[in-house]
Amino acid sequence: MIRVQHLVKTFGDFTAVRDISFEVGQGEIFAFLGPNGAGKTTTIKILTTLLPPTSGTIELDGLNPRTQQKQARQRFGIVFQDPSLDAEQTAYENMILHGILYHVPRQLRESRTEHLLKLFELWDRRDSYVKTFSGGMKRRLEIARGFLHTPRILFLDEPTLGLDPQSRNLLWTHVKQVNETERTTVFLTTHYMDEAERVAHRIAIIDHGAIVAQGTAAELKQQTNTDSLEGAFLALTGSTIRDEAASSADGLRQVAKMWRR
Amino acid sequence: MGAIYILWLRELKRYVRSRIQIVVSLGQPCLYLLALGFGLGPVFRQAGHGSYLQFMAPGVVGMTVLFSSVFSGIAMLWDRQFGFLKETLVAPVSRIQIMIGRTLGGATVAIIQGSLILTICLVAGFRPHSWFAIPAAFAFVVMIAIVFAALGTAIGSVIKDMQGFQLVMNFLVMPIFFLSGALFPLANLPAVMAVITRLDPLTYGVDGLRGALTGLWHFNAAFNLSVLAAIACVFIGLGAYAFSKIEV
Repeated sequence: MIRVQHLVKTFGDFTAVRDISFEVGQGEIFAFLGPNGAGKTTTIKILTTLLPPTSGTIELDGLNPRTQQKQARQRFGIVFQDPSLDAEQTAYENMILHGILYHVPRQLRESRTEHLLKLFELWDRRDSYVKTFSGGMKRRLEIARGFLHTPRILFLDEPTLGLDPQSRNLLWTHVKQVNETERTTVFLTTHYMDEAERVAHRIAIIDHGAIVAQGTAAELKQQTNTDSLEGAFLALTGSTIRDEAASSADGLRQVAKMWRR
Repeated sequence: MGAIYILWLRELKRYVRSRIQIVVSLGQPCLYLLALGFGLGPVFRQAGHGSYLQFMAPGVVGMTVLFSSVFSGIAMLWDRQFGFLKETLVAPVSRIQIMIGRTLGGATVAIIQGSLILTICLVAGFRPHSWFAIPAAFAFVVMIAIVFAALGTAIGSVIKDMQGFQLVMNFLVMPIFFLSGALFPLANLPAVMAVITRLDPLTYGVDGLRGALTGLWHFNAAFNLSVLAAIACVFIGLGAYAFSKIEV
């Protein structure tokens, strides 16, 4: 379903992704783990057509996302690491807007929106502006939106960041369910090792832009002689703490608060 | 088509919902009308040019449309930083459709703002030479809105932070307004000013508005319209190009 060969991405003289290769089969749940700044989000951005690769080939459902952008985009859904909702519109309007952008027919759009908002317990707040939502509610709405157009491949970039255990449980249960019933391929990143161990069929660990190990959770534990995935992760990536450059968005959020937008 | 419509509708919803912003954005042109229209009125009259309010009201309408349309383009800065832009960019919709939807939305908002200010001008005592002039003036409002909404989109695609926004305001939008003949007649200007004003796209919009509303033309309707149409094509092309290059 996803095939990546010798993918490289450089920004100036910084190499974010160095020569990674992996494959994800149809109906598989694949976890991409790594410390901050390891290259996870960059890889997802390349796979989802937001960034061009410097070199290497990628394939999504047999399509080249560079040359067949539209067809590729129709096939995947993505929940971004950082917010991507329209805060000035209501939850319902955000869902409908998404449905229109993904060419979901009107009736299906409305029925699925209702179903998903109910599932993620947002239906009662459907007519509230997203700007009045708590962090967890926004996250749930983003996740519900990602399922709206029944994608064949689902990218989840740290989807459980800031979610309470109840919502996390709900999310993973639903992910597993669509994976089993609709054979949706799932590509996820997370910092919570227990989640990866619980849902992922296969795991790849990336550090400094390169894949250092891949396999099932059991294989990784065996390979590193550890008894937990967390132990295996630390054994593979070391225990130094990574810094990520602050984005200009943080500065802007301050200004935005002042301007009340 | 659906994508263009829903993004256009989004701009409109945002506008209608931010009532405070509507009041604020109408406040500035009203201040210009009051301070300059009535304040400079006596001086203008003594110079033998008649009513200054009558002269500058079309300029203030032009200004409103200019500010409103450029701002709507720059509002993309917020969408970029708060992530919504990404949501539209990964959708299976071509970028040109997204760009057109946004730009038309911004232009529509600017047209509404311009119409509101024109109404305020009429209440304040501005009188067009004929009521049939209003539709012709409206055509110019539309042209100004499209030209500068496209410019706004181009700028919004390029700048990434608040500093860039200030830069654009001080070195682009304000000069476009002040050097457009919105506040002073284009006749008998010093040579340098004459050249500068003719390079300013808003000059043709304001002249069109003033000509249509008061019958006082510096150029003529056909010339103004064709210049605006040409600039609109250039800016839309520029906007589409800049938008297609956005990386998030």
